[in-house]
Amino acid sequence: MNWITNYVRPKINSLFSRRETPENLWQKCDECGTMLFHRELAQNLNVCTNCGHHMAIRPRDRFTALFDGGIFAEVKVPAPIADPLHFRDQKKYPDRLRAAQRATGEAEAMLVATGEIGRTPIVAAAQDFSFMGGSMGMYVGNAIIAAAQEAVKLKRPLVLFSAAGGARMQEGILSLMQMPRTTVAVQMLKEAGLPYIVVLTHPTTGGVTASYAMLGDIQIAEPNALICFAGPRVIEQTIREKLPEGFQRAEYLRDHGMIDRVTDRNALRGELISIIRMLLGQPPAVMGDLPAPAPIPSVSRPASEPDAAETEIPSKAHSAAPVRE
Amino acid sequence: MTNYLDFEKTLAEIEGKAEELRAIARQNDAMDVDSEAGALDVKAANMLADLYKNLTPWRKCQVARHPDRPHCSDYISALFTDFTPLAGDRNYAEDLAVMGGLARLDGRPVVVLGQEKGNDTKSRIERNFGMARPEGYRKAYRLMDLADRFGLPLVALVDTPGAYPGKGAEERGQSEAIARATEKSLQIGVPVVSVIVGEGGSGGAVAFATADRVIMLEHSVYSVISPEGCASILWKDPDKMREAAEALRLTAQDLKKLGVIDRIVSEPLGGAHRDRKAAVDAVGVALTEALKEFDGKDAGTLIASRRQKFLDMGAKGLAA
Repeated sequence: MNWITNYVRPKINSLFSRRETPENLWQKCDECGTMLFHRELAQNLNVCTNCGHHMAIRPRDRFTALFDGGIFAEVKVPAPIADPLHFRDQKKYPDRLRAAQRATGEAEAMLVATGEIGRTPIVAAAQDFSFMGGSMGMYVGNAIIAAAQEAVKLKRPLVLFSAAGGARMQEGILSLMQMPRTTVAVQMLKEAGLPYIVVLTHPTTGGVTASYAMLGDIQIAEPNALICFAGPRVIEQTIREKLPEGFQRAEYLRDHGMIDRVTDRNALRGELISIIRMLLGQPPAVMGDLPAPAPIPSVSRPASEPDAAETEIPSKAHSAAPVRE
Repeated sequence: MTNYLDFEKTLAEIEGKAEELRAIARQNDAMDVDSEAGALDVKAANMLADLYKNLTPWRKCQVARHPDRPHCSDYISALFTDFTPLAGDRNYAEDLAVMGGLARLDGRPVVVLGQEKGNDTKSRIERNFGMARPEGYRKAYRLMDLADRFGLPLVALVDTPGAYPGKGAEERGQSEAIARATEKSLQIGVPVVSVIVGEGGSGGAVAFATADRVIMLEHSVYSVISPEGCASILWKDPDKMREAAEALRLTAQDLKKLGVIDRIVSEPLGGAHRDRKAAVDAVGVALTEALKEFDGKDAGTLIASRRQKFLDMGAKGLAA
């Protein structure tokens, strides 16, 4: 039993297979070009650590960062009739849909979830720009209605993160009909006296802006997000002149009285908690890192001592919170 | 003089020839052209019937945009009495792309609202080719509210290429104005009847077509995007508008099949522009009938059924 007999010949595969080097370890900032390490970027919620540019964030990642302990329950969205018009351009619509599903791993362009933020129960919906430009078809309509119904049922506020190129052309008139349809959903919330907060993210355009995304009680936008009805290129072609710097960007809209606030993604969670609690007449949330709500045996502590939270968090809570620290 | 569309070129030649013959005959009494001209007339009539029997979606778009097609103002002056235009959004401006006010339909007071494209260069510019700015939608909002407060039915006539894509329009909140108008039309406790008389262009049309009954003229179109716009995005070639028009299912016939509209009003042979009076009258009959359906309905029922109608727009589609 010496080392020679123990010697295992290297398998042919291991001789030829290349070492696994994960791709996308580094991502380039679209704005300033800085190379950003993926973990650092994710930790900063896809906001460039160098210039503060807000890059797209997937609904699932957003929810993980938003909800206490990264815990949320998905709300089931009823599936609509697939390809209602038998639409075909250069590709068939079902093929485009399948490609988007493969590329994103999501069923469609909107994710709806319930959970707590700062121990404040909410319903949240987020549009996925990476899924066919976040476009609004019947599924997105269903998702918004499901979100509104869930909010009304649970008597919770709805926070909606919009991101879309507009209506989904492949569903033709039926996508246009989602404008009044989602408006009915917003009315359900308003009649139930529940806050409806819209966070407009880059980009929110077309029929989406001209319906549910502009009907919030509070309208917040992420910095430099493009928010418009007609896109800048269409306008330039129509009026044949150059548009001013920053036209149709979040700050521009705020300066023109169209939205309430422009808020950095990393400050958004705190702001949402604070606004919602005020609208609902609740006392301020306990600051600091709160433990995940469900799986932890409750540790009683006075609400007025936020510092205590730092030390009293059971170690389990840390393992339950994946991204945020 | 008739304005011919490109696919009517041969028809234009035949009708032109018949007209020419008659002109010669008028100058020369001895000539008898009746039989010859009559034959040409028959030929032209057959061709017209043939052309319009199965208009392709793109051709329907062309007919819907025909410059001689009756516009909102034509319907208002022919069908309504005591029309009293009301102007302005009370915030910023009066938008002439949207006309509206109080009027009577069969003696019954209503609020009428519509997009007007204009019919010569001057009025077209004034009306901004029927493309409303936020002020137009805010004016519509105001008139909807007026209708609601005084229990007057709302009649909306839709004819727009879309909301105006301009710098000022965006700065003053085009999308918010459209969203609010759409929201308002879902909140008013009076009957709302819309007629798409020409082009129903996207978001610019939807605020005027969120109605209890949506009626369309036979050759009008209603779409989420213009065929040219769709072609340039999905085909990367604006000249593929024929294919795009086909794929978008924007004709009245397809929309009826999809359950998005409620009724189609037939047009005179060759389109509404060939017999404007007949087209306008047909719309008048349809409007009266539609409004009659809602007699005696209370506000709550109206709002609830209108909302349900649009909530149901998630389960529509062509049968496989």
